[in-house]
Order: sequence, then structure tokens, then C-alpha cells
Amino acid sequence: MSTGGSRSASITRRALLAGTAATAGAALLGTLPEAISGQDPSQAPSPAVPPDPTKVPGLPTSATSPRSPFEQPARTPTGQLTGASLSPLQELSGTITPTDLHFERHHNGVAMIDPAGYRLLVHGLVDRPTVFTLEDLKRLPSVTRIHFLECSGNGRTAYRAPRQDLTPQLIDGLTSNAEWTGVRLTTLFAEVGVAPRATWILAEGGDAAVLSRSIPLEKALDDALIVYAQNGEPLRPAAGYPARLLLPGWEGNANIKWLRRLELIAQPNMSRDETSKYTDPLPDGTARQFSFVMDPKSIITRPAYPARLDRGQWMQVSGIAWSGRGKIARVDLSTDGGRSWAAAELQEPVLPKAHTRFTWMWRWSGDPATLMSRATDETGALQPTLAEFRQRRGPGTDYHYNYIRAWVVERDGRVVYGVDL
Amino acid sequence: MSRRRAVAGGIVLILVGGGLATATGCRNQGERVVSYGIGRPATAVEVAAWDIDVNPAGEGLPAGRGTASEGSEVFAAKCASCHGAKGEGLPSAPALVGREPREGFPFGQSLRFTRTVGNYWPYATTLYDYINRAMPPTAPGSLAADEIYSAVAWILDQNGIIDSGTVMDAASLPRVRMPARDRFVPDDRSGGPEFR
Repeated sequence: MSTGGSRSASITRRALLAGTAATAGAALLGTLPEAISGQDPSQAPSPAVPPDPTKVPGLPTSATSPRSPFEQPARTPTGQLTGASLSPLQELSGTITPTDLHFERHHNGVAMIDPAGYRLLVHGLVDRPTVFTLEDLKRLPSVTRIHFLECSGNGRTAYRAPRQDLTPQLIDGLTSNAEWTGVRLTTLFAEVGVAPRATWILAEGGDAAVLSRSIPLEKALDDALIVYAQNGEPLRPAAGYPARLLLPGWEGNANIKWLRRLELIAQPNMSRDETSKYTDPLPDGTARQFSFVMDPKSIITRPAYPARLDRGQWMQVSGIAWSGRGKIARVDLSTDGGRSWAAAELQEPVLPKAHTRFTWMWRWSGDPATLMSRATDETGALQPTLAEFRQRRGPGTDYHYNYIRAWVVERDGRVVYGVDL
Repeated sequence: MSRRRAVAGGIVLILVGGGLATATGCRNQGERVVSYGIGRPATAVEVAAWDIDVNPAGEGLPAGRGTASEGSEVFAAKCASCHGAKGEGLPSAPALVGREPREGFPFGQSLRFTRTVGNYWPYATTLYDYINRAMPPTAPGSLAADEIYSAVAWILDQNGIIDSGTVMDAASLPRVRMPARDRFVPDDRSGGPEFR
């Protein structure tokens, strides 16, 4: 049976017009390469893709733009309520993560909240305990910033159970980058009046985990935001609709979603997620606590597993670098497993606490090669080697995996994740 | 230090309504904004309804009490299906009970030992806070104070941290000394070339 042909023939123009392009594309996925390259002459082009688009009218306007059925980027949902779904880094360009592909991490599902009933309570060591509605937040002066968000457990699979067939998504897909709009915490504090005794803030979500973290007041006075928009539109529910905390450069878990309460306090609360979880046991028999800042990090997203390189052809090596301490100062690339390094180009704009795109033109000679990227931030911090990381943090460490990632190009051109390099 | 830096960055202390308040200072080119009067006063009832957190000093703990023997029933009914009958952990939820290794704190060096309440959690009050807000996941916030105190007592007893007859309440729970209490240290990473 000509499975490819029969399946692609089922993609009718009417299906696309009815707005089921995504479904149609999913059905097409397995057959597209043949259809595009024409390697199988028995296959007629899909009715949705005319042989010559200049000879037939296109589609009408629509309420929202679906992706081309030829592009099917997707996260990695598991169906679990407490868990994560990773962003397809290898399919992204530039630095902004499309909103529907931003990674997710929830602690008891995605809360659904009616914005009309939304309330943010700010109380504790304040002069005026205050309730803000969503409209109140939007009446206050807003700022717009581009920042990455990264789960501090990003990279755990590659560290604990590395395999050659890991993609950038499976290695580091718990980082994303977006434009956020909202209110500075200092703006909110002017409304409530913070008592001098306050040194921490308890932030609490309105989800079924009622997730809570203690945040040092100094972060609030620095650059913390309460955001209600992402990439120009209201937050999606998975991102904490209608409002969340955003702590630029700090581990994702502390950026409380569905934010319902801020309590100004004098001591950290020692919540579960800052004691039992999100602490870093070290080889010296201690555990690092309140390790909020995400260290400098980078990953080459192209080429990566499962790419296969052509000998002698120029190609662009590309990836992302970021640091929770500020701007990326430089990214160095190596093709010989870290023996020699050369500076990559950084695409503008290079923003603090944001993904930065780096590129480098390269021609694979045909000999085995090991590609690595190493980011340095503006404080001079740079990514350690895997050996340095293991020595300092230990095999049992649970978060903040920022060692150098490697891709091995094998003799036949296959690119695989560099386990143990 | 943070406060000084913040002041240098343009945040000023100002008097509002006779009280000392921290407020934003300069937004646009030195324009000083005190307060827009946006938002409405929170009522005591509203605050009480949401102010559920419990801290290591025991602030926030409600009235109520429980013992391990009462807690064994609560645990069997509400917790064991995910955490295992003895709190040993199942694929659905982590282990709560376990003191091994008795010596040392080797969790950074090795993955051999499972982190539990008994060998890793630094504060007993966190148990109350977390169970109260988030457990059980299918019906969070559904347990009464006595049930939570009882379940906490059972977990602490199973870990050998309290005697089985000890009553857990707002006075006794903050006094429970957890084995891993002194293992936690502040973050010493500060940027720069040295990897920590």
C-alpha cells in the first residue's frame, strides 16, 4: 500500500480552509520529505500544495495564523500534571521563543483563572495591605524587557543519563526567551509602603500547588517584575495567566506563576521548594540554598543530533548563550574538543539576562570533529568543562548544570551528543 | 549592602502619610513618583483567607494537634496510595521516610541514598506548610489542621525524629530539630572567573 500517497491525498484544501492545518500537517509529517523532493514520482503533490502556487489563488485571511503544515515544532508533553515539557531549541532561530513553544514546568497542572476575579494581595510588613486587580496592575506604569527563563534542572538528563541520541531540546529545552511586559515590584511597593524590617518576600501562586518561594527583597529592588504579557499578548495559562512574577536571570521555579500573593517578611519561609527541592548538595557535605542565579551557559543548536554533515561544504554553526548575571561577553567555539577555541559572532542585540544567538561559518573536513561552545558573561564567569563541573558540584548535584556541551561529528558525518566529553 | 546599592540606583526613602516607606524614586529623567493610589485596602478577612504560610518560628501554624498513631490512619487514607504504605516512595511520589546514611551528608557525592524528610529536610515546619497548601494533589487544601498535624507526626515518627507519643501542635512542631538542619549553606557563587 502506498501509505505516503494515500495519507497525503487525504489532506484536502477544505481541511486547511476549515482551520485544521495543524492536524493536517501532523498527518503529513511522515511523507513530506518525499513530497518535497519529488523522489517518489508516483506521488501526486498534495492538493493543499499546488504544483505552482502562482497559478491558483491562495487561502483567505484567518483569525490567527497557523504554521505552515511543513513546519511542526513541538514541545515534549508527558500528560503529567507535575512535570515539564521542553522547547524545541533546534527548530528555533534568533532569540525569541514563540509563545506556544516556551518550555513548561508545572507543579500541579495549569491553573485556569478568570481575569475578572483575579486578585493580587500584597501584605505583611507593609504600611497599607493592598489588593490589586488585573486592571489595577495595567494602570500602573509598565516596562517591557526581554529575558530568558530557565528551569534550574535544565540539563539533568544529559548529566545523569547521557546518550548519543539526545537533541538540543532533550538536553537543554528547559530554557526559553521572551519579551515580557509588566510592572516593576518597586512600583508596586510605592503603593503599599514597605516597612524597613522587611528583607524577604514570600511569593505565592494561585495554582493547585499554591507554589511558594521566598525572594530576597534586594532582587525586588533591583529588576523584579510582575508581568501580564509575553511577546505582545496576555500571558498564556501555561505561563501563569493572568500575572506572574519575573525574576530576570533567576531559576524558573522562583518566577511564581498565577501570582496571587506577596507577603513582605523578615526571614525566608523555608518552603518545600527552597529546602527539599531546588537546593544543591555539594561534595563537601553541605547543600547550597537559595542558589537563584543561573550560571552562564550555551549550546550549539545546529548542527546537532540527528544531523548528518556533508564533507567539504560550508555551513553555519549556530546556537544560544545566556547568563543570569548579565550580558554574554563572548562565545568561543571549538571543533577539536576544546583544545583550541575561536570567537563566534554574536548577533545583536546582546541583552542582559537574555538568550544571545551566536554563529560561526565552518566547513567539515571529513575527519572526526568535536564541536563545543563556551560562553563567558560580562562578570568574567565562563562555562566549566564537564570534568571541572563534576569535580566541583559532584555527581549527585541536582540543578544548575552549566558545563560545556559537546557534539561529536563521526567519520560518516553523523552528529551525536558528546557523552562524557 | 543591597539597600545602599538600591539607594544609589535612584530609589529613595520618602515619608508617606507620616510613616516611613520604601518607594520608587526616579522613573523618567528624575520624575519622582510616590504613589498613584492604585489598588484598594485589603480587609483582614481577605488576608486571613490567603495567609497560609508557616515559617520555621512556627508563625502561621493554626490551632490543632495530632499524634503519630492518629497520623497512621490519615496517612493510609490520604497519602499512602502515592507515597507507599510506609512512606517509602513509589513512582508516583517521592520517599518521605529514610535516615540512611546515619553519618554524613553524601548527597552531592553520590546518588546512592534517596533524599527524604528524615535525611534532607532542614525544617519540620515545612511539612505542615507544604501538606496544608498542596497535598494531596487530587484535593489540595482539603485536610483539616488535626489531620495535617497527625500526618506530620507520623512522618517524623517513622523517621525516628520524634517519639511516637509526641503531640504535634503549634508549640511543639517548631521545636523539632531536623537531622539535616545544619547542612544548608548560603549560595557562594558570585560571578567572575572562579567556578564554584
